[in-house]
Amino acid sequence: MLNVDVMVSSLPLYFNGTLVTLKLLLASLALGLITAVPLAVLRASSNPWLSRPVWLFTYVFRGTPLLVQLFLIYYGLAQFSWMRESALWPMFASAWFCAMLAFAVNTCAYTTEIIAGALSATSHGEVEAATAMGMSPATLYRRILLPSALRRSLPAYSNEVIMMLHGTSLASIVTLLDITGAARDVNSRFYLPFEAFITAAGFYLVLTFILVSFFHLAEKRWLVHLAPRS
Amino acid sequence: MLHGFLPSLIEGAGITLSLAVCSLFIAVVLGMAGALMKLSRSQVLKHVATVYTTVIRGVPDLVLMLLIFYGGQLAVNELMPRFGIEDVVDINPFIAGVATIGFIFGAYLSETFRGAIMAIPPGQREAGIAYGMTPWQVFIRIVFPQMVRFALPGFTNNWLVLVKSTALVSVIGLSDMMSRAGLAAGTTREPFTFYLTVAALYLVITTVSVLLLNALQRRYSLGVKTASI
Repeated sequence: MLNVDVMVSSLPLYFNGTLVTLKLLLASLALGLITAVPLAVLRASSNPWLSRPVWLFTYVFRGTPLLVQLFLIYYGLAQFSWMRESALWPMFASAWFCAMLAFAVNTCAYTTEIIAGALSATSHGEVEAATAMGMSPATLYRRILLPSALRRSLPAYSNEVIMMLHGTSLASIVTLLDITGAARDVNSRFYLPFEAFITAAGFYLVLTFILVSFFHLAEKRWLVHLAPRS
Repeated sequence: MLHGFLPSLIEGAGITLSLAVCSLFIAVVLGMAGALMKLSRSQVLKHVATVYTTVIRGVPDLVLMLLIFYGGQLAVNELMPRFGIEDVVDINPFIAGVATIGFIFGAYLSETFRGAIMAIPPGQREAGIAYGMTPWQVFIRIVFPQMVRFALPGFTNNWLVLVKSTALVSVIGLSDMMSRAGLAAGTTREPFTFYLTVAALYLVITTVSVLLLNALQRRYSLGVKTASI
């Protein structure tokens, strides 16, 4: 049977791990979303010189495993002497920063495609109406396209956030003590794999449910005009 | 090229690919079972399938993989003496990987298959029953050929995520391309070169899969009218 004493006594480790997981998640999501919005505008553009490079970026980062991207940044960059001598090196030598950066770039690629898809799905009547009102392209994006596209991205973006929460577990591979890191620590100390990883699974499940209900609220607030009539 | 490590990496890519295909096989079987359970009239089966898909999709693959690998190891070694076998057994990382990834993606595919089955108009199934077909015949002759078209887009997505999650099996010690690249990186002190090669190999696998699955999608959508805009 499960050794409950060890599970209870290791709970503080898991709560600290939850903090690490949440910090990684929030930092990478914020950075990813901020960079994804302008990239999505370029990606949705009809000019191939603007949309093609962004497509290539999202294609490469969506077509390769997150673990490979993390290793490229964390282990890979140290190969170059100019990198080791640069002023940025102290940052890139830190596992936390590398993990956050890898997650941010990865989520940026997925989020760019989500928002670009929503932008191009905007009904052309809205764009025509805005042009007929004499809006400049910048005003058109600011008042019409982006507010509507960002709202319509919510359901797909909530999936991306859950995927990212699960993705942060890779941080434990580069020595960070997130929830999974805490579980690996407990497992190696007591050799109780079921207790260690089932506790971690429980923490992730609870976080997933909290995020899902948060996005339900967000959809009620911002997407209510698209809800099916009851 | 690559200090002579390229053949080893290619061999690793073969292991990665066979891992992915074996797990896909298990995932399709579990996914089909999960979808049929969710659509069945039995409340018990429905609840079992819902718990399966909810829990698995709510927990990171890495955690499940470590749980099955280390937990399975412990369980096997505790159970073996009861059957009179005293040897210490090491779980093969390939089998642990296939079991875990198959188990995880079975949950994702259940949802894909369930949606595809529900997309078929109920009249199709009723017509089959009216002709006197058994439920199995209705499934093989009527439901399955039509659900492929609805399931393929989701299936393509699930497959791509599955391929990428095989990289995690290097963590439990499988000698796939990821761990071979790690070894080569350690010897040559050129981690970037080797992980970049692995990234390129993964990109080749995903690109080829997308092309093949798109061709399959066209094949199964023959005769379906699409509006041109």
